[in-house]
Amino acid sequence: MEDAGRQPLAFAAFGLPVILWLALFFVIPLGIIGLYSFGENVSITEIKTTWTLDNYARITDPVILELFWRSIWLACVATVICLVVGLPMALVIATASADAKPWLLLAIMLPFWTNLLIRTYALLNILGTRGRLNDGLGWLHAKGRAVLELLGLDGLGLLAEKFTPLTLLGTPAGVVYGIVYVSLPFAILPIYSSLERMDRSLLEASIDLGADQWGTLRRVLIPLALPGIITAAIITFIPALGQFLTPDLLGRGQVDMIANVIERQFKSANDWPFGSALSLVLLYLTFILLALRAFGDAARSRRTLRT
Amino acid sequence: MATDKAGLFDYSRKWSLRLVFVFGAIFLYLPIIVLIVFSFNDSRRGGNVIWKGFTTKYYEKAFGNEELLLAFGNSLTIAVTSTFASVLLGTLAAVFLWRFRFPFKPAFEGFIALPIVIPEICMGVSLAMFFSQMGWMDTSNRIWPFNLGNIIIAHITFSFPFAAMVIRTRLASFNPEMAEAARDLGANEWQAFRDVLVPHMRPGLIAAALLSFTLSLDDFVVTFFTSGPSTVTFPVKIYSMVRFSVTPEINAASTVLILMTLVLTYLALRYQRLAS
Repeated sequence: MEDAGRQPLAFAAFGLPVILWLALFFVIPLGIIGLYSFGENVSITEIKTTWTLDNYARITDPVILELFWRSIWLACVATVICLVVGLPMALVIATASADAKPWLLLAIMLPFWTNLLIRTYALLNILGTRGRLNDGLGWLHAKGRAVLELLGLDGLGLLAEKFTPLTLLGTPAGVVYGIVYVSLPFAILPIYSSLERMDRSLLEASIDLGADQWGTLRRVLIPLALPGIITAAIITFIPALGQFLTPDLLGRGQVDMIANVIERQFKSANDWPFGSALSLVLLYLTFILLALRAFGDAARSRRTLRT
Repeated sequence: MATDKAGLFDYSRKWSLRLVFVFGAIFLYLPIIVLIVFSFNDSRRGGNVIWKGFTTKYYEKAFGNEELLLAFGNSLTIAVTSTFASVLLGTLAAVFLWRFRFPFKPAFEGFIALPIVIPEICMGVSLAMFFSQMGWMDTSNRIWPFNLGNIIIAHITFSFPFAAMVIRTRLASFNPEMAEAARDLGANEWQAFRDVLVPHMRPGLIAAALLSFTLSLDDFVVTFFTSGPSTVTFPVKIYSMVRFSVTPEINAASTVLILMTLVLTYLALRYQRLAS
């Protein structure tokens, strides 16, 4: 690696195109919606930046606050589920044989390479009242009834006579299912990465010192894997918060998240200033999370340096 | 004793965890398999949820759907163009970060990663506003492929950071003495880059290209905001079909796209195996 000053021409040749591209097609667009968020519609097509705070004031409206709160909550639930399911799966992959590992990884990533729209659309067939999930549950219910009859317990009301299918489409549960479905592979990778790099001898030392399996898992493995778990949480939560397709297709208009309302401002309501303000708040939330993460990293490395 | 202890952490052998993994895999794959199966469903209405019989007519319908084919053509054009540019820009970024030391470098690295970290809707919306402000939104008077320019720009912006990451990983294994040797032997900057660095980067370049291509082909949200009625891409077209009415034709078109993704992934893996 060399200092930039030693080869200024090469430095500029490699660096300028990248900087210019990002400045023109990333920073400036964000600046524009920044300006719009302080503006208002003066005509159907014109927006004037009047430095008004009206758009941001609207965000304190209870309906909008509830929207943000609901989106954060749904994203949280989905993230927690992804972590709880993802950790065991990552454990299996990380401790698998060297032969099996790449195949297991591929098995997890392959659905992720499929188009997001197609994956979300595929869930329509699964989650509907006459979909495959309810088919499966209905089958289990029938088997359960059969077992109860066999045992002569069918009159006790332990299991309802008729199976009522779960309504998932158009409910928050369905949307959470969808978010977990599209995020799970993405959550497994950082955890797996962290586990791969873990020093096994620390686990063995814990056993030597008398801890049992579960204690070792709780007090040694999970803390050591924590950086990967936190990364997984953040890269799951941020896209989950900004989800558009999943609440749109699976929520059926009943479960709006932030992105749906933003889309409406730009596509049908034609209220670009308000949509810009909403987008910027979403952006700020993202940056706050990333900043917290950066501080956490810095604090942790300072701690390890001190010990 | 040693094998006993090692066995304790052989989580992949524990049946409880294996079960979780299998359920996870079923959870992930079942919807896709069901989608493919139901592309052969002989159902005319009712949301394509109940199996009515086997037919391949919806594949014929999909292949005969002119708008769908046009959208597919658009998607391919956009993917190819944006892949070229992404790999180019990504290479510049990767070499830039790998080779030079400069003040505020970590901030710059974070800056380059921003397009892929922020929520897609923010990017889609901001680019749509940008294009609208520049007067580029009306693409009806532009000839192909320039009418797709907005979407191509958007795709390049969110995929070149990925390309840069992949290429940079490959660069990490480059021995700088090779470049010095080339220069000792009389090569100038450009020749050293072209004849020594680029060949080493090749596997990374190809991996980055495949990644960018897939990202572009699959993108929905950003494309949704930057495309217009005359520049519909494949995923956007399928979205409007889903909103309108759910038929097995959508499943058929989706299955074709899934197959394409499988082929691309297979090629990527084959190439990786060959390269290493």
